[in-house]
Amino acid sequence: MDKIKLISLLFLALLLLSSCGIKPWVKPYERAKLADPIMSFSRDPVSSAYSRHVYEAREGARGADISAGGGCGCN
Amino acid sequence: MQLNRPLGLALLLALPLINQAAVLPEDRADILIHAYEGGGVEVIGPSILIRKSLGNSLSASVNYYEDSITSASIDVEMISGASTYTENRKEHSFTVDYLHNSTIISLGYNDSKESDYTSKTTSFGISQEMFGAMTTVTISYAQGADVVMKNTKPDFKESVDRRIYRLGISQVMSANAIMGITWETITDQGYLNNPYRMVRYVDDSKKRGFDLQSEKYPSTRNSSTIAIRGIYYLPYRASLSAGYRYFTDSWGIDASNSELAYVHPLGDTEWTFDIKYRFYQQSAATFYSDLYPTADYQNHLARDKELSTFNSHTFGLGVSYEFLQQSWSILDRGSLNLSYDYIVFSYDDFHDATAGGGAGGEPLYEFSANVFRLFVSVWY
Repeated sequence: MDKIKLISLLFLALLLLSSCGIKPWVKPYERAKLADPIMSFSRDPVSSAYSRHVYEAREGARGADISAGGGCGCN
Repeated sequence: MQLNRPLGLALLLALPLINQAAVLPEDRADILIHAYEGGGVEVIGPSILIRKSLGNSLSASVNYYEDSITSASIDVEMISGASTYTENRKEHSFTVDYLHNSTIISLGYNDSKESDYTSKTTSFGISQEMFGAMTTVTISYAQGADVVMKNTKPDFKESVDRRIYRLGISQVMSANAIMGITWETITDQGYLNNPYRMVRYVDDSKKRGFDLQSEKYPSTRNSSTIAIRGIYYLPYRASLSAGYRYFTDSWGIDASNSELAYVHPLGDTEWTFDIKYRFYQQSAATFYSDLYPTADYQNHLARDKELSTFNSHTFGLGVSYEFLQQSWSILDRGSLNLSYDYIVFSYDDFHDATAGGGAGGEPLYEFSANVFRLFVSVWY
């Protein structure tokens, strides 16, 4: 559990340092690369969901899969 | 259910809870055939997903998933000799996403059925883009209700209640990089063991040197998982991603896994190649034992190899071919994809009870698995 707290704190500290009071430093017109499908953590949802199922059926761990999620603000 | 732990949540959680705020998912359809072979178990089946937007603010998806299982796993062999069983599981999911300004609200429902296990899960999620679309925060909650039955005992019926809480943050780091962190807590209450699985204990009067009794798990389980990941656009058109996940639960299991993946479109051609590596390791549950000294040795008994100390390595390859780069009729584009994973599992305190060597003196168990996914995707 301590490891979870440590990782959370490190990430939140990074987030606060990067976001507080600073204007967005990556403009919408600079996000072409981020919008490329190869930059998705989960490019094909059906395939990714199946992979998660394969692991979760055979491992004690569950939840918060690495390949889930994304979001680049690329609209 | 038999000896294969059912999990009806992977698809549902994957769909409505993806942290992709302020842009609704693309309209697409996927038809996938999956095949798993390893450790005496074969699982094959389809998964079909159709997602369609309804106006500018709504997007809905339906998914049908099926597992056809043929199993002569080491657990089955230890309990009932060399018999093989077959099982079928069907799963339906439905999701709706509603977009309003920088917010997406998601609802989902999932229903999974097999002859001796049913599971229904509902989920709610909200995703908010902030700081000039640099940061996306997603909060979600899912609630599941399972019914556990036993094919050999018609009046056997137990239940499981499950709650899932998730918080995800995705952060644009630069014009080339995105990072994300996801935290998830799951609580289970009810009948958590498998009604068929047995543990073994020393009994010198038996030919094999051990006898069997039913496993018995605690009736509650709480777990927390945190995952951190990043993806980077390389100086040429390719991406490199890495992730780390840590898991801990009230049964004493600590687990972690690391992943590295590389995606490489081949120049201006229609081909894209993927390569990945994943390493997973975990410690055993406190009440797990490969061989108990006596019958009813303690209150909780488990010999599920998924609760033992083990590690696994995954080597994955994928290839994708875009067959519709120019729009055709109502279709914008399409792709044909094939993925293959080779997984090696090595157990530290789970012995192959079907091998000789005396009770507890058998070789440690290990096996490898081949996992295929063949699918067609079209966008419209």
